[in-house]
Amino acid sequence: MKRKTMNDKNKIFLKQLLNREIPDQNGRFGKFGGQYAPETLMPALKKLDESIRQYLNDESFQKELVEELHQWAGRPTGLTSAKTISKLWGAQVYLKREDLTHTGAHKINNALGQALLAKKIGAKRVVAETGAGQHGVASAAACARIGIPCTVYMGAVDIARQAPNVDRMKQLGAEVVSVTAGDQTLRAAIDEAFRDWVSNPDDTYYIIGSVVGPHPYPFLVRELQSIIGKEAREQLLSQHGALPNAVFACVGGGSNAIGIFHAFLGDEEVELIGVEAGGKSQNLGDNAATLASGKPGILHGSYSMLLHDNDGLIQETHSVSAGLDYPGVGPEHAFLQSIGRVSYISAQDSEALKQVKECCSSEGILPALESAHAFVGAKKWAQNNPGKTLLIGLSGRGDKDMPTLSKVMHDE
Amino acid sequence: MLGQKRIEESINTARKTGSAIIPFITAGYPKKETFLELIEELSLCSDVIEIGVPFSDPMADGVTIQRSSQIAIESGVNLKWIFEQLKSVQINTPIVLMSYLNPLYVFGYNELAEESKSAGVDGFIVPDLPIEECDDLRQILNSNGLGLIQLVTPATSESRIKEIADKSSGFLYAVTVKGVTGGDQSLSSEVITYLETVKSLSSIPVCAGFGVRSNSDVVLLERFVDGVIVGSALVEAIESGLSAKKFLNSIIS
Repeated sequence: MKRKTMNDKNKIFLKQLLNREIPDQNGRFGKFGGQYAPETLMPALKKLDESIRQYLNDESFQKELVEELHQWAGRPTGLTSAKTISKLWGAQVYLKREDLTHTGAHKINNALGQALLAKKIGAKRVVAETGAGQHGVASAAACARIGIPCTVYMGAVDIARQAPNVDRMKQLGAEVVSVTAGDQTLRAAIDEAFRDWVSNPDDTYYIIGSVVGPHPYPFLVRELQSIIGKEAREQLLSQHGALPNAVFACVGGGSNAIGIFHAFLGDEEVELIGVEAGGKSQNLGDNAATLASGKPGILHGSYSMLLHDNDGLIQETHSVSAGLDYPGVGPEHAFLQSIGRVSYISAQDSEALKQVKECCSSEGILPALESAHAFVGAKKWAQNNPGKTLLIGLSGRGDKDMPTLSKVMHDE
Repeated sequence: MLGQKRIEESINTARKTGSAIIPFITAGYPKKETFLELIEELSLCSDVIEIGVPFSDPMADGVTIQRSSQIAIESGVNLKWIFEQLKSVQINTPIVLMSYLNPLYVFGYNELAEESKSAGVDGFIVPDLPIEECDDLRQILNSNGLGLIQLVTPATSESRIKEIADKSSGFLYAVTVKGVTGGDQSLSSEVITYLETVKSLSSIPVCAGFGVRSNSDVVLLERFVDGVIVGSALVEAIESGLSAKKFLNSIIS
């Protein structure tokens, strides 16, 4: 794949993003984003927007957040030189180790930040949705730490395939509600979390798990996740002495990808590549490759790329990894794709499973199935661009995937 | 007459002798074959008919409407089908469609307005379209004489109620609860104050909905508003085999 260059108009868009003029006050990233929420939630969203302005960059809030990130969540996470993979691929490969955070994935950066914000706002309870269970576990842990009750909505299908995480959430004191409506995965869980919030807009805080949802969520979650890229950029400069040629991250809703990409957006020479779930095939319904094969539309409060049919009905998706199994994507990704700053490709289930194996045997690291998608994209790119330096966002650990992996092992 | 005015006048006429009754049904539910029959039956005992366009992710709806939407989708109900059906009947009661935004967006707003006019649809209710985002659709609908009915809720501030009322056409939809459709109605003193505020700030009729289940709900609400919307309770009655007309009559008098 040859890299596209950005035209002048798109360069101006990128500059506005870097200057923090985008998103605008209506939450628009170019034409994407916005605030398509039921009226009952509008006061709560406005209050959240105000609280973000008030607290997010406030010195005492930042001090508390950084302290908790360091002392409780295990930041900064390491940057690992993947020595064997580097040899195998003919490249210099570095891994940003979000799998080493407390609770095992990048999700904790966001959950902790939002739980602290919920406390500041005076919320009496927190609701969250979860797909793979990682955001649910992170929210349950953060809420336990901060001392606020937490209810997690999880699709019945996901509950079955991510059983270990369900018990972890319960152990951490959260109430886990099985969602049997709709497609019974992440999308239905988000619908249900919104319904809870619509019914309790005054005392409840909704910790959304990705850079999706109505404004200000895509902005808030990005701010909380961008620590991944900030750390990685500094670590690369000090450990490697240079920036990478390309950065790879998996994209479902897209929070870890936004988190790692953001620090590199201004480094024009660094190629940024998001890898979506290609599932079983390119047919509608067989994958979750929203940016690769979707069309613009409105879901869960924002205008973004979406997998939907000619009637505007949201399509069921498929991915071996529950965390990528989502028919939408964060509006900022749709924007970054539209201006040509980030390119998006997809990796199939079988390819991701193969990369889990390679990472385990080569580096002694069990990556999450989600993260393995980033490895697939990186490996292909390395084969076409020999001798380059690659950074891969290893967004989470794969312990939670053992039921799926065991099944694959037995089938083989 | 323009659609938005038709809605307004029908409610005002009903108000002279009581309050307007606005039944809600999901299009093509429980059966596609009986849809028009049901519409004709409803037209004899209501002042505006609200028809739900089924959507895969109805995030402001409770279990009843989720269920009816899902089944309607499975039987192939979509906007095109709804318009085709409505074109084949002639009824005098104004019709509004309730739809989440995405099906309307995909259909195309201009074509939506055209089809609405030829099918006798007078207005729209879009639960995930707050005033901040409504201008594109509102301008196209209003310039075609069609109403975009906006919603206010007990969470809406007074200044915002005024702003929303000014942008609404046909009627103003006062949601009586903080919650999804189909819950239980209980009119606390705060809700009564809220309804009085909404009524005082609106220059068009105000109709209340979400959780209207019984005659006592209607009797209580019509003291404060011009009409009531009966949704989940009607859908449940139809599911249990009751005639829509019988159920609505039991609620009205």
